[in-house]
Amino acid sequence: MQSGLIDSLKGIVGAEHVLTSQEDLLCYSYDATPGFSHMPEAVVMPGTADEVAKVLAAANEAKIPVYPRGSGTNLSAGTVPLKGGIVLLMTRMNKIVEIDTANLIAVAEPGVVVGDLNKAVEEFGLIYPPDPGTVATATLGGTVSENAGGLRGLKYGVSKHYVMGLEVVLADGRILNTGGKTVKDVAGYDLTKLFTGSEGTLGVITKITVKLMPAPEARRSMLATFAKLDDAGQAIAAIIAAKIIPATLEIMDNATVRTVEDYAKVGLPTDVEAVLLIEVDGIAEVVEKDSAKVVEVLKANNAAEIRVAQDAAERDKIWAARRAALPALAKLRPTTFVEDATVPRSKVPDMIRAVNEIAARHAVTIGTFGHAGDGNLHPTIVCDIRDDAEMDRVYKAMDEIFAVSLQLGGTLSGEHGIGVGKLRYMESQFGPAGMAAMRAIKKALDPNCILNPGKLVGECL
Amino acid sequence: MSDDNKKLLAELEDALANCMKCGNCMEVCPIYKEFKTESTVARGKIALMEAVLSGQSEITAGFDQRMAMCVSCKACTAKCPCGVKADELIIKGREAIVKTRGLHPIKKAAFALLKARPLFDFGLRMAGVFGPLAFKKLPGRLATVARFPMPGLDRKRIMAPIASTPLRSQVPEVVKVDNPKLRVAFFTGCTINYIYTDVGQAVLNVLKENDVEVTLPALQHCCAVPVHISGDIELAKVFAKHNIETFERYNPDYIVAACGSCTMAWKKDYPEMFADDPEMKARAEKLAARTYEISQFLVDVVKFRRDNLGEVKAKVTMHDPCHMARGIAVTAQPREVLKAIPGLEFVEMKEPARCCGAGGSFSLAHYDVARTINDRKLADIASTGADTVATGCGMCRMHITDGLVQSGRNEQVFHTVQLLDRAYKAGKKDEPKKAKDEFHFH
Ligand SMILES: Cc1cc2nc3c(=O)[nH]c(=O)nc-3n(C[C@H](O)[C@H](O)[C@H](O)COP(=O)(O)OP(=O)(O)OC[C@H]3O[C@@H](n4cnc5c(N)ncnc54)[C@H](O)[C@@H]3O)c2cc1C
Ligand code: SF4
Ligand code: SF4
Ligand code: SF4
Repeated sequence: MQSGLIDSLKGIVGAEHVLTSQEDLLCYSYDATPGFSHMPEAVVMPGTADEVAKVLAAANEAKIPVYPRGSGTNLSAGTVPLKGGIVLLMTRMNKIVEIDTANLIAVAEPGVVVGDLNKAVEEFGLIYPPDPGTVATATLGGTVSENAGGLRGLKYGVSKHYVMGLEVVLADGRILNTGGKTVKDVAGYDLTKLFTGSEGTLGVITKITVKLMPAPEARRSMLATFAKLDDAGQAIAAIIAAKIIPATLEIMDNATVRTVEDYAKVGLPTDVEAVLLIEVDGIAEVVEKDSAKVVEVLKANNAAEIRVAQDAAERDKIWAARRAALPALAKLRPTTFVEDATVPRSKVPDMIRAVNEIAARHAVTIGTFGHAGDGNLHPTIVCDIRDDAEMDRVYKAMDEIFAVSLQLGGTLSGEHGIGVGKLRYMESQFGPAGMAAMRAIKKALDPNCILNPGKLVGECL
Repeated sequence: MSDDNKKLLAELEDALANCMKCGNCMEVCPIYKEFKTESTVARGKIALMEAVLSGQSEITAGFDQRMAMCVSCKACTAKCPCGVKADELIIKGREAIVKTRGLHPIKKAAFALLKARPLFDFGLRMAGVFGPLAFKKLPGRLATVARFPMPGLDRKRIMAPIASTPLRSQVPEVVKVDNPKLRVAFFTGCTINYIYTDVGQAVLNVLKENDVEVTLPALQHCCAVPVHISGDIELAKVFAKHNIETFERYNPDYIVAACGSCTMAWKKDYPEMFADDPEMKARAEKLAARTYEISQFLVDVVKFRRDNLGEVKAKVTMHDPCHMARGIAVTAQPREVLKAIPGLEFVEMKEPARCCGAGGSFSLAHYDVARTINDRKLADIASTGADTVATGCGMCRMHITDGLVQSGRNEQVFHTVQLLDRAYKAGKKDEPKKAKDEFHFH
């Protein structure tokens, strides 16, 4: 990068907010995705939307790539600066601008950590439902850009269901506002939804208006073990068929259960094919009724053991098992790929079986757990990225997992997004016309392709 | 980079590779909370070490500066889902730095002093005698402000005055009791011996109340934690070996220390330091098994007397030092001690185990950052409405006191055991006045 550009960046955000030393650049060459890394040429930390606008205008002029970055916890290499250029670090813009309890709305800057937003609205008896596993570290901007979801996705959905309006800086530095505080807003193309989940490829989000929900009055957690995977699958379908939408309905397969038990000793039987974890929430009376019904359904579908939490401590114990799933798997080997192939929920047992079969055939270690209620599974592959022969098998297994997911009528991503990690499968999901439409949007908004180039829709020049 | 260092870092390769870059450590790192940049969090430091290992980067001044930005609070390690011991890896990174680049100049001077035990002793004793000249005393609390600029010290910084007579010169080597139930060796550590002799006296009184005979081995040296976390592992081993040999000569039933870091040194660091020396390792382990932090010793071993405790009217909150909470996992016992004291109202603060910013010699070299981290602790203390803060580490006590004084606040900071001592004193109806004078309660 020319030193002239570095100087003007320093002029825009202040010299102390531009990092160019080799050590700092190394620290922005990766995110939470294994297997990708590349050094940027500068890290720029803007403090206001206006500064973002000026940085983008300068970069656009010089045709230098810009990679927006929140906390860098994404699992699709979405923030890796594969073509050098500027990492635009949004963490300085971390003010909660407004909590509007009359309209149940919060307005915040993109660098706010989601967990901090939740702490702030908790005081008013409200929640911001999207809760990725990284809720305590990920930024609001990052989660909106990834359309992140979480454990409560079945009942509460993903980020796009809560984003009401955005302030976005376009590639050339123009600032645009979408949506607002009105619940009913049907004017024009839905630009709010377009930028939500756009993974930093269409614009840089500088302010976010989100919808809040009343915190549930009560909740009840349950855990059930199943000797047969199919019974667990039937139970999932039957719970929904009984007109109960749990906040959370999670599954862990045998490989995951064994690993968790080995690591966290939470008292799970290791010979079962699946464990379901369920939480219903809402008004106390409804929770009472729903949980009784869930227990009935579980029994009718041959659950071997059913635990119902009676107090907070028991609830904690149940969720400790689920929380341990990823750490336990991650500890097995140095490298961990957490995928999020998603299928219609009736296909969950088929998907788990297919993943197990793929793992065995390619001799790779995969544990599958995830959000069974919404079909969003996390086949988690553990391996050692330094072992080329093993990685060969891992990538083959990955290709097959996503192929199966699409065959079963599913999607490549239920919450993590595409980035470059899953780019090579995009065409199979959207076809040539779908990809062309997406690239046309990209080109229209970012003609020089400076924003997160090469991600989500691939090369567009 | 020398082959030696390459080997050192190569040994770490597997440990580093276990970091899956999930970023979970960002939630808890006190330094990251202030800067919000990758090089300030464990994940970034691990990436830097990986880059050095792979030959992508060198051990530069920049690498050195970034590795220095860590208070060794172990919060990242406690949080890490992959079991990466980031705090220890960062120390290894510093070890490589020491080998290639040498120590930070301020630390170099301080540790050179520590190296020569008699000289250190003499130096601090002289500082004690002349201390009142160099430090302006603040009324009502154990704190002074440096009057002259001192190397490595921020001018405005509140230090505890250096004792005119070190603890071990104030008392006989063996403090006898009439009917000894137990015999322990007291590892005073430097802070208690040279600065907070009041804590040492409280330890002696409290043990006496419980019929425990105490030996204070004269030749004991600093525990080595500060030099160890700076990466000077060779010097740390010299200290460790010296301490182990010294205490072995007394063959104590138990070793007690009244500082989380000192206890951690004996219980964990010493055995680990001698991983490739089976004989020394065995000796270190034997002593480690007998080592207790004072509140842990009082609660778990002695089952301290509660029938003769008098009232202590104070509203107390507790700061758990990093090395107590995560180093040796002792948090319940100091609370049990406080809760046993009649009249004392205990209030828990938010995040009691969050680092206060002292971080051993970290606050010497990075005073401003240390103070910003401290401000969060001060706010948590304020929100409890407590008038007293109890803690188990001298460095924390000094750093929190500094913060309180600088912000014009009135809370007092004590070691937990001092409050127990005061309760025992209050229990003796004939001596209530004395106890009152000794502690500046308000
Ligand atoms: C252990 C672990 C568990 C996880 N669990 C979940 C889960 O349960 N559900 C889930 O959905 N995800 C999960 N994730 C993935 C990740 O946490 C989410 O994708 C999260 O939303 C990323 O937020 P971030 O702040 O780290 O964003 P980053 O990773 O920094 O960025 C993510 C993307 O957003 C773009 N971006 C960031 N800020 C802006 C902005 N202001 N404007 C425009 N674009 C921007 C970036 O360019 C990038 O493409 C998990 C990750 C890990 C490591
Ligand atoms: S050190 Fe642990 S918590 Fe931090 S990024 Fe690495 S794996 Fe995650
Ligand atoms: S030990 Fe503490 S200060 Fe150091 S990196 Fe870990 S959390 Fe941060
Ligand atoms: S940890 Fe601190 S108090 Fe304990 S001996 Fe070492 S320097 Fe002294």
